[in-house]
Amino acid sequence: MPEVLKAPLVVEFPFTRSLGPVQSAFLTGLRERVVLGVRTGDGRVLVPPVEYDPVTAEEIRDLVEVAPTGTVTTWAWNHAPRRGQPLTTPFAWALVRLDGADTALLHALDAPGPDAVRTGMRVRVRWAAERTGAITDIACFEPYDGARREPSGHTGVFEDPVTGIVAAARLDYTYSPGRAQTAYIDALSGRRTVGERCPACRKVYVPPRGACPTCGVATSDQVEVGPRGTVTTFCIVNIKAKNLDIEVPYVYAHIALDGADLPLHGRIGGIPYDEVRMGLRVEPVWTEGARYPDHYRPTGEPDADYDTYKELL
Amino acid sequence: MTSAPRGREIAVVAFAQTDHRRARDELSEVEMLMPVLHEVLDRTGLKTADIDFTCSGSSDYLAGRAFSFTLALDGVGAWPPISESHVEMDGAWALYEAWTKLLTGDADTALVYAYGKSSPGSVRDVLTRQLDPYYVAPLWPDSVALAALQAQALIDAGDTDEPALAAVAARNREAAAANPHAQLRGVVPQGDHLVRPLRTGDCPPIGDGAAAVILAAGDRARELCARPAWIRGIDHRTEAHGLGVRDLTDSPSTRLAAERAGAFDRPVDTAELHAPFTAQEIVLRKALRLGDDVTVNPSGGALAANPIMAAGLIRVGEAAARVHRGVSDRALAHATSGPCLQQNLVAVLEGEPR
Repeated sequence: MPEVLKAPLVVEFPFTRSLGPVQSAFLTGLRERVVLGVRTGDGRVLVPPVEYDPVTAEEIRDLVEVAPTGTVTTWAWNHAPRRGQPLTTPFAWALVRLDGADTALLHALDAPGPDAVRTGMRVRVRWAAERTGAITDIACFEPYDGARREPSGHTGVFEDPVTGIVAAARLDYTYSPGRAQTAYIDALSGRRTVGERCPACRKVYVPPRGACPTCGVATSDQVEVGPRGTVTTFCIVNIKAKNLDIEVPYVYAHIALDGADLPLHGRIGGIPYDEVRMGLRVEPVWTEGARYPDHYRPTGEPDADYDTYKELL
Repeated sequence: MTSAPRGREIAVVAFAQTDHRRARDELSEVEMLMPVLHEVLDRTGLKTADIDFTCSGSSDYLAGRAFSFTLALDGVGAWPPISESHVEMDGAWALYEAWTKLLTGDADTALVYAYGKSSPGSVRDVLTRQLDPYYVAPLWPDSVALAALQAQALIDAGDTDEPALAAVAARNREAAAANPHAQLRGVVPQGDHLVRPLRTGDCPPIGDGAAAVILAAGDRARELCARPAWIRGIDHRTEAHGLGVRDLTDSPSTRLAAERAGAFDRPVDTAELHAPFTAQEIVLRKALRLGDDVTVNPSGGALAANPIMAAGLIRVGEAAARVHRGVSDRALAHATSGPCLQQNLVAVLEGEPR
């Protein structure tokens, strides 16, 4: 069995999220260095504030300013900060109950070491230099032994409130395609297409995924298919895709390689787009150094009989 | 109403799981899952066509593979089309869905499976993506950090200390010595602080694995299993989503789910708890009022093997398997999801008197 293939895979996306009125006021407040909570039906002040009462599920809108100073309710020392976390040097994660609030906010606490942190210690907000209306407008908390700072009684009404956030997310993986697809990719590097046969229904799957979806059993017998095949169905692409250097219109087709019981898809070239038809016989065209066929072109054989591929549509 | 009504009794009749390992690079998800599906079907003599309902639990984020649950269905053999559903949660919640389906009378048998391949990604970071996207996820607090906040809260409350946490870790992994499927077995050093106060020994192993159970109703269950593990009650509850709103030293949602599942009606002899971090076992034992006479995590629990999305279903499966073997007469199974025991499911399983 060939060595397992692996490749880096980065999944990255910016989530654009709209804000409710309470979230908008809270995040706009952070931009303006004001911390707002929301009062619940039973009179508690929640910081960070939510749109609905966690107990009664009622809509809550009564905003209350709280102090930028508070008390650590629990903490954990993070000696090895990870990507995206608020500080790049060792810090404490902390839940902080701000003065005037009844609940605690999660953030980083910048402290010299774990011995300098304890539950009950007093801290204050350290504001980020550049603020956009996001939880990261609080750079972190820092130890504070001064007097309690009283809030100014802000009503939560701001000019130019933020109405949304863009939350960037990135996750890094080392992708491994598994046994069947590894064998398929290995064969492609020798310009061969190798499928796998289901031991129960005898169908040959290309590309193989390791299991027969009809029978629910492992496919294991490797079967070389093609290189020639038959167009079973196709479409004409008229809109140019981003980052794709192919002139439109072009034809994208399902191609049943000879010996395969499942069509794969590929582009058809070497023939005007409006002459491609079901039953057209094609063969792969490889370019130098490519890891898979660039496209398929007509072989010049007579078209295949409909009956030979009607089960593969 | 969350206890099974009379006349429609539902049981776990079979359970299978992989050997959970740090990385199964050589296998795709379906290749990892398929042998478990075959094994659980073999135990009952059923074929895919005999299964009335199939439900699975998994998350595409773990392996970074979009629509992996549809590819996993290849391993079931879903043709002709089957009645099927999926939850983006631990498989214990898929089992809950299957249980409700059987309760309706629309199905007599159900296949429930779950799998997780954590090895391709960095699971501590991946799990940050399930957090509040406005206030919490932008800070990227990883799963160990959040569990450490809970552990410190318990230490501050006087509920535990580092030696007590180490004892929880040691007891689970000693129990796992008898479990060939477990990833961490026997003596495992407590190690250094990962996020203080949690040491590496307080944290679950990261690994790849899968599990499956079969549910059956009434006489069908008796045909398929010599001693079915009857689900006498099952319920799941959640906490407020703000971590700072919760009392992290307690788990009212677990207690409520247990009450609704009838766990407190009579004592249980066994409890399989889904506590990936040592401190969480302290919280759960208190919430579930488990005394020293209860055998807790004879499998080694999630501290011995924690294939994410399957580890909760494995708790139900392990509890049921003890009933099947006649080692337990009344067992509690618990599953959790989210940070710091955010959501909790409790099931009570019983064997008929011998």
